[in-house]
Amino acid sequence: MSNYIKLIALGLITLCALIAANYARDLAYLVNALTIALVAAGMFLWVLRNTDEPVVKRDLSGEYHDGVIRAGVIATALWGVVGFLVGTFIAFQLAFPSLNFEWAQGLANFGRLRPLHTSAVIFAFGGNALIATSFYVVQRTCAARLWGGNLAWFVFWGYQLVIVLAASGYLLGATQSKEYAEPEWYVDLWLTVVWLAYLAVFVGTLVRRKEPHIYVANWFFLSFIITVAMLHVVNNISIPVSIFGSKSVQLFSGVQDAMTQWWYGHNAVGFFLTAGFLGMMYYFIPKQAGRPVFSYKLSIIHFWALIFLYIWAGPHHLHYTALPDWASTLGMVFSIILWMPSWGGMINGLMTLSGAWDKLRTDPVIRMMVISLGFYGMSTFEGPMMSIRAVNSLSHYTDWTIGHVHSGALGWNGMITFGALYFLVPKLWNRERLYSLSLVSWHFWLATIGIILYAASMWVTGIMEGLMWREVDANGFLVNSFADTVAAKLPMYVVRGLGGVMFLAGAIIMCFNLYMTARQGPATQATGSAVPAE
Amino acid sequence: METYSLLREFADSWMLLTLFVFFVGVILWVFRPGASKIYENPAGIPFRHEDSPAQSRRDNGGEG
Repeated sequence: MSNYIKLIALGLITLCALIAANYARDLAYLVNALTIALVAAGMFLWVLRNTDEPVVKRDLSGEYHDGVIRAGVIATALWGVVGFLVGTFIAFQLAFPSLNFEWAQGLANFGRLRPLHTSAVIFAFGGNALIATSFYVVQRTCAARLWGGNLAWFVFWGYQLVIVLAASGYLLGATQSKEYAEPEWYVDLWLTVVWLAYLAVFVGTLVRRKEPHIYVANWFFLSFIITVAMLHVVNNISIPVSIFGSKSVQLFSGVQDAMTQWWYGHNAVGFFLTAGFLGMMYYFIPKQAGRPVFSYKLSIIHFWALIFLYIWAGPHHLHYTALPDWASTLGMVFSIILWMPSWGGMINGLMTLSGAWDKLRTDPVIRMMVISLGFYGMSTFEGPMMSIRAVNSLSHYTDWTIGHVHSGALGWNGMITFGALYFLVPKLWNRERLYSLSLVSWHFWLATIGIILYAASMWVTGIMEGLMWREVDANGFLVNSFADTVAAKLPMYVVRGLGGVMFLAGAIIMCFNLYMTARQGPATQATGSAVPAE
Repeated sequence: METYSLLREFADSWMLLTLFVFFVGVILWVFRPGASKIYENPAGIPFRHEDSPAQSRRDNGGEG
């Protein structure tokens, strides 16, 4: 019966998407509408072929729902490589502008590829990593199967659809020009649906938990899901110009819009890239080290301090703008206080290894997790410093900001995700161990040296640029034109690009290693979770 | 009073106080007497039920 309802709904969606494609006012909308039509039609056929087939009912309450996590691990690795590849390419586009090919103008020039890169690494790579690991962690720490059955699959595939719609839209010019929130209105609406389903699966599993206590990692994951829902909805309040076009107009304007955007933007960092990944940290580091977290009390204080402080830090993106001084001072003060919980969390993670430091020598996976904490500590020190108004007057609009973001994103988010993937693949594919530990070491060193090249070159070029911009002669005239700074930056841009190549190479090695692990690693001895023969 | 001023006054006074008291309360609560002993149990959660869900809610030890 439910299949008939599904068929009607999918048929209607296909029809509406085709009508929308017919009336489309711009190319991005046309392509997105056709994508939706294609997906809905494909699902229609799939449901149709399975309708009225006998259903085999199996009691699944005795095992975890791991299929969706396996898919999430694969998606994380693949989107990661795509995101790093685009990032490396646009790094070379900045160094060598002729890479903005004439024949690809309006599709593959820097302006179109840049949001593709940021969204691919943050939302496709990071987002899939968060969804997969949160599903893994919430089941293990609640001792309960995921709530909602196939709803978890809906979350996974719905999220991939968001990524595909957003990415193809960017290339064809659909953007609402809000950093990290570029997707246009219909993608925003779809993401809201998917995200609420994600929240439902997560909370449903928490409610079903068999452990009386909610483990701290789940607190971080839950705060990430709820806050991102709130940020996303408020920052994307806009009115479409036409229901058949991708263009929309923001409800807020002027400085209110800017403040809303950076309230969103900074908390995308705070809750997407920090709280969610701290959830990973609080599970995978204790697991890989084989010992409980250093101080559970500290983890609770870490959580509440982070939640209470991060939400106020956004205005530091708007120093010396139309935003009132009191607001940007507020943002600055909270950013500096935020240093404390950040380092509290880092210390908590690092000290988890106390008594097991020898593992750093023998286990490259834990080395990866530890260096991610190192980069977390470094960028959470650098960030508060850059939020100080006087420092910001030098650093803002320069490459220093880009270097800061990448030491956080590649170092902290990238490395902890790689560590989690190396932990998860043998577990999920029932393998005794990884295919090759020396390949993990190769990945570790390529990624680490790549990040160092990236961050160091961006410090040099950023500070140089900031100093050149403010240099005045005896009469008070500016000494350098903008083009002078661009010319002076070339060597650092090449070094940055090479850092990107190394990081990308490491990620490709990881994909090979994980693939070989799943393919032909030695299987574990039969465990309790083995599926009975049918 | 216009809505903005009303909400602003509330946010600057009672809400600020509530959030601050809650935050300080959480920290004091974490350090309540006997807490160290209580938190030993949740700190061990990742090391149970690695392979399959628990069957009943009280089933918390050992397995896995």
